[in-house]
Amino acid sequence: MRTTKILMMAMMASLTTGAVWAQKSTVDAIAEYRAMLADGNPAELFEAKGEELWKQPRGPKKASLEQCDLGQGPGIVKGVFVTLPRYFADTGRVQDMESRLLTCMETLQGFNAAEIAKTPFDKGEQNTVTALAAWISGESRGMKFNLPQEHAQEKIMYEVGKRLFFLRSGSHDFSCATCHAVEGKRIRLQDLPNLTKNPGAGAGFGAWPAYRVSNGQLWTMQRRLNDCYRQQRFPAPKFGSDATIALGVYMGVNGKGSESIAPALKR
Amino acid sequence: MTSRREILKHSAVVAALLGTTGLFPQYANAAFNKVAFDAKNLADVYKGLGIGLPVLSSGVVLQAPDIAENGAVVPVGATSSLPGVKQILFLVEKNPLPLIAVFNLSDRVDAAILTRTKMAQSSDIYAVAVMNDGKVLYAKKEVKVTLGGCGG
Amino acid sequence: MADPMRIRAQAAGGNATVKVLMSHDMETGVRKDGAGKLIPAWHIAEVTATHNGKSVLTAEWGTGVAKNPFLQFTVKAAKVGDKIAITWKDNHGDSRTDEATVAA
Repeated sequence: MRTTKILMMAMMASLTTGAVWAQKSTVDAIAEYRAMLADGNPAELFEAKGEELWKQPRGPKKASLEQCDLGQGPGIVKGVFVTLPRYFADTGRVQDMESRLLTCMETLQGFNAAEIAKTPFDKGEQNTVTALAAWISGESRGMKFNLPQEHAQEKIMYEVGKRLFFLRSGSHDFSCATCHAVEGKRIRLQDLPNLTKNPGAGAGFGAWPAYRVSNGQLWTMQRRLNDCYRQQRFPAPKFGSDATIALGVYMGVNGKGSESIAPALKR
Repeated sequence: MTSRREILKHSAVVAALLGTTGLFPQYANAAFNKVAFDAKNLADVYKGLGIGLPVLSSGVVLQAPDIAENGAVVPVGATSSLPGVKQILFLVEKNPLPLIAVFNLSDRVDAAILTRTKMAQSSDIYAVAVMNDGKVLYAKKEVKVTLGGCGG
Repeated sequence: MADPMRIRAQAAGGNATVKVLMSHDMETGVRKDGAGKLIPAWHIAEVTATHNGKSVLTAEWGTGVAKNPFLQFTVKAAKVGDKIAITWKDNHGDSRTDEATVAA
């Protein structure tokens, strides 16, 4: 009788561990899939295009972007991605990579920044911004996030970002925090990073721009935020708006010290 | 920056060169293996390619993930340590058009190819090696395709 | 003109491992656009790889190859400085050739 009981307990134990092991193995299997794709990220195709567009004389002024100041001086691209968003004295505001590119495309090349901001993703000069963003982010590969929080506006934007992150609204009363403020959440098989602190913040913020295999598109943070708001049933934010930049500041500062992996590979 | 004209000229030269070797008939008449690529099941693919039904062999190794997070891009690889591999084929059984790719190997490359396929749904993936002596060998693996969540 | 490929050729153990990323939509022909119209099939149909000008690998691809295709193969007896050229031709007659040098 005792042996049967022991046998039964052993069976129960192995069944339970079996179930747990099966669950872990799905996560491992997905990790293996991602690892198999890591070498040869199609984002590289966008990076190559971006580098070309940076150097090419374009726009009404037929000028290149090589004098563009992304926060560390004109023309400096290496290492800027991990210090954005930040305050820019010439525009008097905190800007992220995409809005700063619009500034440079307007002042240096003569493009109409407002027009580009209104252009849908995947059309016209939005493709230029996307490619540039891919290349610029790649130039900070492996570097640690270190957004400045010196200027008063940088600190304000962090606080604004935090408020926006937790603001519940829209038809479903969602906020960013609904999905991204707790450890261990997922939607189906997608792990949801906790963006309020490391490692989630670094992993989440540092993964964009990213090449999305599901649609073969390169998504910048601006696009990712736009789509997050769509999923939350909010109205679409304006491209390069203070709201989106503030959220970038919040996530980026929370992710301080994490290594950038952009441009990454995403489902 | 190479001009379009130069590139077209270059590719025409390549095609002409390959056509003259007699080793790559598809360049001699610029015909693409349409029948095989339009086939809707495995048997018709093999028929279209003019090869026998493949035999399971440990001499062909297929690399593929257990689970593909997204069917749009699934890495697949095939290697063989056997000498005399003429062609490596990849097939996804449950795709509307199962034949994915045909690789013609010269003796200057390893019998090792890695590429990426689209999968319409969870399915068996086949790596087929067509040998110089006419033997046709295969390895297969079931790859599950998930939808995933909201694209994070 | 089609966007350039990314080709990396690395010498290893007397051979060269070649990794290629091609820029191509690889449309299956069964997808529909926003207006409900079928987007016609548009895919790379033929691929050629040469080593120092000599063809070493060719391939025929259908619509099942993933968008922005990736290809990896190994050229035997290749050394640093050798030239690897990849050519693709699609079903619209468009083509692209890019070259890389085997690096250490």
